[in-house]
Amino acid sequence: MKPRHKRFAFIGLGLLVLGVATVLILNAFQSNLVFFFTPTQVVSGEAPHGRSFRIGGMVEDGSLVRESDGLTVHFIVTDTAKRLPVTYKGILPDLFKEGKGAVAQGQLGVDGTFLASEVLAKHDENYMPPEVADALAKAKASGAQQSKSLVVPDGRKGSL
Amino acid sequence: MIPEIGHFALILALCVALVQGILPIYGAAVGNSGLMAVAKPAARTQFLLVLTAFGCLAYAFADKDFSVLYVAATSNSQLPLHYRLAAIWGAHEGSLLLWTFILTIWMFAVTLFSGHLPEATRSRILGVMGLVSVGFLLFMLTVSNPFERLIPAAAEGRDLNPLLQDPGMVIHPPMLYMGYVGFSVAFAFAIAALLGGNLDAAWARWSRPWTTVAWCFLTVGIAMGSGWAYYELGWGGWWFWDPVENASFMPWLAGTALVHSLAVTDKRGGFKVWTVLLAIMAFSLSLLGTFLVRSGVLTSVHAFATDPKRGLFILVFLAIVIGGSLALYAWRAPKVGLGGSFAMLSREGMLLANNVLLVAAMGSVLLGTLYPLFLDALDLGKISVGPPYFDSVFVPLMVPAIFLMGIGPLAQWKKASVPDLAKRLKWAFGVSLVSALTLPFVLGNWTPLLSLGLLLAIWIVTTSAVGLRERLAHVNGNSLVERLASVPRSYWGMLVAHCGIAVFIVGVTMVKGFETEKDVRMNVGETATIGDYMFRFDGTQDVVGPNYTAARGTFHVSRDGRETTVLYPEKRRYPVQNQIMTEAAIDPGLLRDLYVSLGEPIDDGAWSVRLYHKPFIDWIWGGCFIMALGGALAISDRRYRLAWRKQEPAVPAPTRAARRKVA
Repeated sequence: MKPRHKRFAFIGLGLLVLGVATVLILNAFQSNLVFFFTPTQVVSGEAPHGRSFRIGGMVEDGSLVRESDGLTVHFIVTDTAKRLPVTYKGILPDLFKEGKGAVAQGQLGVDGTFLASEVLAKHDENYMPPEVADALAKAKASGAQQSKSLVVPDGRKGSL
Repeated sequence: MIPEIGHFALILALCVALVQGILPIYGAAVGNSGLMAVAKPAARTQFLLVLTAFGCLAYAFADKDFSVLYVAATSNSQLPLHYRLAAIWGAHEGSLLLWTFILTIWMFAVTLFSGHLPEATRSRILGVMGLVSVGFLLFMLTVSNPFERLIPAAAEGRDLNPLLQDPGMVIHPPMLYMGYVGFSVAFAFAIAALLGGNLDAAWARWSRPWTTVAWCFLTVGIAMGSGWAYYELGWGGWWFWDPVENASFMPWLAGTALVHSLAVTDKRGGFKVWTVLLAIMAFSLSLLGTFLVRSGVLTSVHAFATDPKRGLFILVFLAIVIGGSLALYAWRAPKVGLGGSFAMLSREGMLLANNVLLVAAMGSVLLGTLYPLFLDALDLGKISVGPPYFDSVFVPLMVPAIFLMGIGPLAQWKKASVPDLAKRLKWAFGVSLVSALTLPFVLGNWTPLLSLGLLLAIWIVTTSAVGLRERLAHVNGNSLVERLASVPRSYWGMLVAHCGIAVFIVGVTMVKGFETEKDVRMNVGETATIGDYMFRFDGTQDVVGPNYTAARGTFHVSRDGRETTVLYPEKRRYPVQNQIMTEAAIDPGLLRDLYVSLGEPIDDGAWSVRLYHKPFIDWIWGGCFIMALGGALAISDRRYRLAWRKQEPAVPAPTRAARRKVA
């Protein structure tokens, strides 16, 4: 092979590898995106069935019920406008508390219950997951019933 | 008073950094050796000033000075001294001070070990590092001052996040930062070469050990972070593809590519332009990592800042550094030259393929990490990219890279031949294939991924063995020991680092293939079985720690009726932040870890409990430490020691001792 041909082969092979990698990456990317929905969106039927997604909001006070096996729990996530029942089997994270923000990932059951495969609440008590803050803000903005007043936490400095 | 001294030291350091960033580079451009000579004393002065500032902050923490805002926000009078000191880098402001402090340590090291460099090159390197330091000092002094006073003083501090009250936390950030910031040296070398327009093999030889040291620190730092997540978060996972983890992993991937491409530039004079680009990339990703983690864009235990001014400052700084260096690269790179030619099938070719794969992997991680942030910033919806994406992309990209890793070291430079390689490697391939196919059956569970993982691990080890045997045949010496001793340490370093990857792969494969986990409700006296192990729960007791109270469970673990160990997991409550913490109990072992963590109390002393049996998990971190050890071996190679010894008469004795330690 002439040096020029060699260089072409080189570049061609490089591009081929890059192309394959790009296709692979984008394909995996497409099929693994997890979208976020607020309880209002889920209740109004915007969320997909048969596909995993995330929800977020406040865990309603007094809504946590534990089944006798000690592992299956039921609670309600709310953005103050709409309430979404959630079922989860497993050990809840340390920072999961009633009246605090939580994010859960899972699928929508046939009866409209959200079946969580994962519950995320891994921050300190002043922390509000941004998704949750966002969901609450949206519900507020849409002018829906604002029965509860929510305390949006201050930053660290303010609470010193 | 002391905090003001610290603050003042930072201001002085900024002045010195400005001088160091401007005069030597200008001096090198016009050939004024008087201006160039400023670099060395300026760098050392800056080191002393930042050291003073760091010491002042440490004193404020040790002294429980809650009139300093940062101290009040991240510590507490109940917090033990070692955690108060670790709290220096427990949040935003202090970790930036640590970053800058480590940058000046690297600068100081450059002034010590650069006697053999031409003066212009050294001045440019120190000048570039000075400019980076200007950015960080300016950042601290304008929007993120660790010495800011709190008036009136708080009576009590808000305490360090309990998750961070852990020995791993004491060492993990400094290690990681040593790695991040260490790439600034490689970056400064690259920029200096672009400015000077002379990029030769000597340049690569000088910057190689620096890059390798930084890479070693980064490897250890990431491994420790992963270990911390494993035992501290109570979930038993060791890598979550969390954006914060990715932020440290991207510079590692680019750094690994850089270490390999520097080898080609050093030995063959090839890949010059590419090496320079990688050096810029590695440091830019380190900066990006700092930005992602410390700006509050990402949310995790690492992210503290919520001040938008800070995010903006880092973003602008990032744009200047990355944009400026890439512009310089575009302008000057054509002068550097491409280096020698080589056939596609050669060691260069394989190293190039390795580089492309590593960078592609880095790009895929970057995409998965940044895309959700972009969407969010543009208000196009909230998404997250989960571990399945990274798993499904990363494995296919790494498999060919690891396969090549076995062949590359055996291939000839410039041009290799397939029949020759096939002849030399047929045994290694046969052994790997057969054992990878049969081992899972022996272990009792065959899956394709299990076989693939074992195949790659055994392939690395067997090809390394072939390489070493061939090497031994070519060196002088009568006895085997003599011949082993005459194999250069850089070669040993490569073998050890590659075998570290093999150990790591074995760990990952075995954990994925054979781990068992169980979430159960356990009454007092009840037993649960996992793997071959029986866990008996003997109830919990209340215990009181220095700054927490806890329920401590007792678990007797037995196997075939014989007691293996007793584990005491805890559920702690830290009253200052009213935070609950799970403290898992682990019985580590070479072949398996037993892991227990308490969930929640249910009733009558019963608890929900999480039990894990994790075979070979410690091999994951062991592999990382072996990789770092390989790097350390490589830089202790004779040729680097010779380079340093040559300059020795010129320097006083104490620094010589320090140098020996490094070597």
